[in-house]
Order: sequence, then C-alpha cells, then structure tokens
Amino acid sequence: MKIKIALAGNPNCGKTTLFNELTGSRQHVGNWPGVTVDKKEGIYKKDKEVSILDLPGIYSLSPYSAEEIVARDYIVKEKPDIVVNIVDGTSIERNLYLTLQIMETGIPMVIAVNMMDEVESRGDKIDCNQLSSLLGVPVLPMVARSGKGMKEVMDMAISLTGTQKKSSIGNIYSPAIKKAISEIEGLLSDKNEEDRKWKAIKLVEGDEIVQSNISGSEKSKIDAIIADVAKEEGDVEAKIADLRYKHIAVMVRKAVKKKSGHLETVSDKIDRVLTNRVFALPIFALIMYLIFSITFGETVLKFIPGPGVWLQTVVTDFWDGPLSEFIISGLENLGAAQWTVSLVGDGVLAGLGGVISFLPQILVLFLLLSFLEDSGYMARVAFVMDRVFRKFGLTGKSFIPLLMGFGCSVPAIMASRTLDSDKDRKLTMMITPFMSCGAKLPIYMMFAVTLFRDINSVWLVLGIYFLGLGVAIISGIILSKTIFKGANSNFIMELPQYRIPTLKSVLIHGWEKLKGFVIRAGTVIFASTVLIWLLSRFTFGFQYLPEVEMGRSILATLGKAVKWIFIPLGFGNDWRPVVGTITGFIAKENIVATFGVLFHAAEGAADLAMAGEAAIPGVADVFSRVSSVSYMAFNLLCMPCFAAVGALKKEMGTWKWTFKAVLFQMLTAYVVALLIFQIGNLIF
Amino acid sequence: MTLRDLKPGQEGTVESIGVSGSLKRRIMDMGVTPGTIIKVIKVAPLGDPIEVNIRGYELSLRKDEAAQIVVK
Repeated sequence: MKIKIALAGNPNCGKTTLFNELTGSRQHVGNWPGVTVDKKEGIYKKDKEVSILDLPGIYSLSPYSAEEIVARDYIVKEKPDIVVNIVDGTSIERNLYLTLQIMETGIPMVIAVNMMDEVESRGDKIDCNQLSSLLGVPVLPMVARSGKGMKEVMDMAISLTGTQKKSSIGNIYSPAIKKAISEIEGLLSDKNEEDRKWKAIKLVEGDEIVQSNISGSEKSKIDAIIADVAKEEGDVEAKIADLRYKHIAVMVRKAVKKKSGHLETVSDKIDRVLTNRVFALPIFALIMYLIFSITFGETVLKFIPGPGVWLQTVVTDFWDGPLSEFIISGLENLGAAQWTVSLVGDGVLAGLGGVISFLPQILVLFLLLSFLEDSGYMARVAFVMDRVFRKFGLTGKSFIPLLMGFGCSVPAIMASRTLDSDKDRKLTMMITPFMSCGAKLPIYMMFAVTLFRDINSVWLVLGIYFLGLGVAIISGIILSKTIFKGANSNFIMELPQYRIPTLKSVLIHGWEKLKGFVIRAGTVIFASTVLIWLLSRFTFGFQYLPEVEMGRSILATLGKAVKWIFIPLGFGNDWRPVVGTITGFIAKENIVATFGVLFHAAEGAADLAMAGEAAIPGVADVFSRVSSVSYMAFNLLCMPCFAAVGALKKEMGTWKWTFKAVLFQMLTAYVVALLIFQIGNLIF
Repeated sequence: MTLRDLKPGQEGTVESIGVSGSLKRRIMDMGVTPGTIIKVIKVAPLGDPIEVNIRGYELSLRKDEAAQIVVK
C-alpha cells in the first residue's frame, strides 16, 4: 500500500536537506517530462512503502515558471496522499504565502517549520500550536540539518493519509471576490469539489493556464463574472496577493514573537564583508582561484597535492592500465580479430577513457560548487557581477557557468541550470564553450613550440583566452538583440542566509549531478566516439587500417574532399588540419595526438608537443604563424567535444536547440578564423 | 518617490507597483505588497543591483525593477 508524500516549499528552506535525510541513498533524480526541471524521488528509509517526491523549490503556484507549473500540476492533477510543506522559520511570512496557495488546492497537508535553531538563536519565538489552530493544519517544529523533529513530521504525515481531513483556506478574501469564486465554482464541471474551488480561485486571479483550459459554453459567463469583479476591485490579481499577505500578517502577529529591532545576525556580518565595496571582488577572485587549483591544479597553495588531479590520476591509471589491459588481453586470448581489438581498445576504451579521465575533476568541481551554492555565497556572486553582465545581454547568474568554462565546458553547461530564465540559460550555454577549456591548452602549446619559439608562450595563450572572452561578449550582445530579443528576465532574487551545508547534502548534490550527466550524455559520447574511430581506421573498401596508416582512411578521404572550405582560413591546402579538428570532437587535445600520427612523428612526440617542449616535424610546413592562429581560433570556437555537446543536449532539452547552438558556434568559428587569417596576412 | 530613490539605511512603505504581468506577479509573490515596510540595506559594489529587507528576509532587485515600486 504505497503512500505518496510530496515535499513542497520555498528555495533555500531546507527541503532538500530533509529529503536527503529521509531517503539517504535511496533516491533517484530524473527529469519532469518536457521541461529541464529535476524530478527527485526517493523511498523513506524507515518505511519502504512510503515514497517521497521533492518538488522544485517555488515561491508561489503561479503559472509563470516551469518549476511552479510542474509543482502545481503534480499537486492538483496527480494528487499525492499528503503534502509536507516545509517553511523556513526565519522568513516565515514569505514562506506562508506558498502555504496558503497549497491549502487552496485542498490537498491534505502537514507543515514543518524548519530552521527552528536559527529562529531561537535570533531570540524569536514561533508558537506552532497557535499557528496550527489558525491555519487548521498540523504545524510541527523541525531542524532538518540535525534531524530534530523529522520523525514527528513524518509520523504525523503518514498517520493522516487516508483521512478525509482536507485543508482549506477559509475566510480571507473580500466579499466581492468570494462571490465571484463561488459563482464560477457553480459553472465548472470538474467532479471533484476541491478541483472546482481551486480552479475558481485561479480564474479570478487571472491564471492564464487555467483560463486556457476552460471550454466554450461556460467561458463567456466566467469572463463576465471576472469582468464584474475587476470593476469593483480593480487589479484583482494584486488584491488577492495583498489579502493573502494581510491574512499572513495577522497570523504572524498572533503566533510569532520577534525580538525587537533589526539585530545583525552572524549571516549579516559575513555578508558585509563578502559584498563589501572594496573587498567583494578580491575575495571572490581568491575563492575562485582556490576552487580551480583544488580541481585542476597539481598543487594547492604550493604544498598540498591537488585532489582533483590526484583523483584523475587514480582513475586514468586504472582505466588505461589494469582495466584496459584486462579487456584487451581477454579479447586477444579469445582470438578476436585485429579490428575488433582495435575497436574496443583504440575506439571504445580510448574514447571513453578520454571522457572518463575528466569525470573525477568534474566531480570535485561539482562538490565545491555545490558547497558554495548551498552555503548561499553563489547568490552573492551573481549579485555582485550582475551589472557587468547585463551589458553583454546576460545576467550576474551567468558568471559562474562561464567562469567554469575555463576549466571544462561540461560542468559549466550543467551549472547553467541555476539560471531560472529560459533565455538566460540558453544564451549562457551557447557561449560557454567560447571560454577556452583545459583540453584546448595543449593545442596552443604545440603551436607555441612549433612556430612561436621566439616569444613567451604565455602571451600566445593569454591572447587566445582573451579572444574567446571577446567573442563570448560580442556574441552575448548580438544574440540577446536577435534570437533572444525581447525575452524578459528579472533579477528579483532572494539572498538566503549564509549556512554551512551538511557534508551529506554536498556529497549527494554533487554525485547526483555527475550521475545525471554520465547517463544522459553518455550515449552521445559513446556513439560518436565509435563513429569517429570507424571513420579513421577503415578505408572505403572496409579494409581495417593500423593507426599509422590513418592517411588512407575514410576520414582522411573526407578531409581531402572538404579541405578547400578552409582555404580562406589559411589551413585548407592540406587535409590533415581538418582531420585533426574532427578527432578533436572526441576530446580537444586529441588534435595534437592526431597530428603526431598524421605527420608520422616518433612515439611520444605528441606528448612533448602538448607540453610545449618539442615541435612535431612537418607541422611548421603546413602552417604559417597567421594560419596557426586562425586554426587555433577555429578549434577554440567551433563545436565543443562530444561530451559538452551531450551536456548541451541535456540542458537545452531538445535536439533543435542543440543544433542551433552548434550551428552558431561553427559559423562564429568560421567567420572569426577567416577574419584572423585575412586581416592577419595584411598586417604580418 | 520610488524604491530606487531610497538610499541604504532608509526605509519606506510600499504604495503601488508599476508594471504588470509576470514581473508584477513575481514582485508581489516575494512579499512586496501595498502597505509593506521595505528597507534598503545596500547597493552592490558595482552600483547595481540593490539589496532590500522585506518581511524579515533579504531580496535583491535591479534599480530599474526598483523604480517600478512606488513608496512613501
């Protein structure tokens, strides 16, 4: 006999902490159909028959954001057995606004007032029993972080399932509005009384989605009633919100005692430093530096070994070593054909290995960023950076994803989920790959040691990084005025209290993000890796080729056929750059390895080139300084590696948008590389 | 006078909200309703957005969004 419990509440109310405590590892993150909103479901640790759904954090049940629509549709249509509404005791008035709206749906409810420890340390008092009798719904105190009160809440929720007691809101609206609501109720045909009541309220509120579902015959009558109310009350939507808050204020006066005066909390004190006019940006720079060095650095602060790199070494050593050897020798012992061994070894294992190798660092990055997000600091970063980003058609919330792009596009694209406006999210994702990721660096190092020996490679690398940055800024401006023109986004954002996240939450948060990516983007990566391998190791006659003979493969032939497209960019006279770029789609640093093969370099030459120590002979004959910059620019800006495209598809939601993004990137890459070569040749 | 005109440390009472549609709804959902006391806490280091205290919590909004909120 399965019981379905839904958790609902504002963002930052501790709902997810509660969810993690209740379900532990028995949780699963999927997607609500049709939208890029996480669907988190789990089983109650203490009772397998109870399933818990963590609804997205919302401030209201309005029809304006995907999260709100998902939550209200679930409550109203799927009707869980009971809703546990988590209310943040430190901002109780705003939290109760959602509570009232959930009560209007008529669904059975239990309210858990969370963060009671913080309430107490502020010197405030919340009388849960009083609140309960005012609302007509059980109200219990809780501290989700420590688990205090959780069992009582769950026991209450479970005990109420199956009882007929439904929540309702009672008498808070004006006579005119109440009259309109009951008149409309009489006209609706839903079987369920609660559904009629809820829809009636929403219709008077002017809810567009409910309105669009009203069919012909009753529509005109309903419209007339709404028009009448508007004549009497003016802006009905505003009036209803106002009346709800007035009712809340009355209840809060009775049940909540606030310590007088606006005392500075610890959180306020921290905030004064972190968003200080002078210190905010330097502090932020320091924090980001630490994050990057923990994730990507060989050492942190010069003497602690970098955890990200360490973890990566452990994983890749295992993958390239014992695992690969085991599989390959197993195949060979079974007498598998050469091409099969190569498909598995050079194709699948190597290709996947390239992707697997950055997963450990992505996990570390996710954990660190989850920590920052859950602590409340991320909101401040967006707050500080917003002014700058608005100039480029973006928002302050785009800063973290774009910054992460300098490490790796994959987590950067996934981080853009924190942007709540669809337009901001898509735009940010489209330009994130322009931030030169870590895998592109070996390409620059190779050209630096081959053609730019006389200047310090730092200048070349910095130049390319700034080129990427510049293209991103200009793209942001152009795209926000064209494809994304008119789409509005606002910056009305809660700045939550600073809190230390629980280790459990951070771990679960980070791990779930990683799992989600691997499962969804994994198929894209796998398929494309195998495809490229096939094209590069077979001739048109389906003859298998050893790696050194890649020059006779389908891929090489294709390269020879299309190389002319790149003549205006300076690298179209030879087929090898094109092939390099294509292998770069598996992992950008592959370009150097491919050059090593196609230019018949000695074993290990590619590795030396990637480190910027020795040139690959022959490359200097195919590229001039100008055309090498053009080539580097092209590879910087064109479609990112398949892993990133996989992430893009997951976050964009549709192939249509993924295609648009990739097309945009390819066009930008072509135009910029063209300009660099043509203008570069005139100058140098 | 609008919220935009208030300086850090000043507070006012919300009179009305200028915009309509989803922006207005959002502003009201966050507790900015006529009769509410709203206090400006600070301005971001680069000049925009601003942070206000309302109904016991901190909210950020851009200056052009604040300009839509009439206060006295």
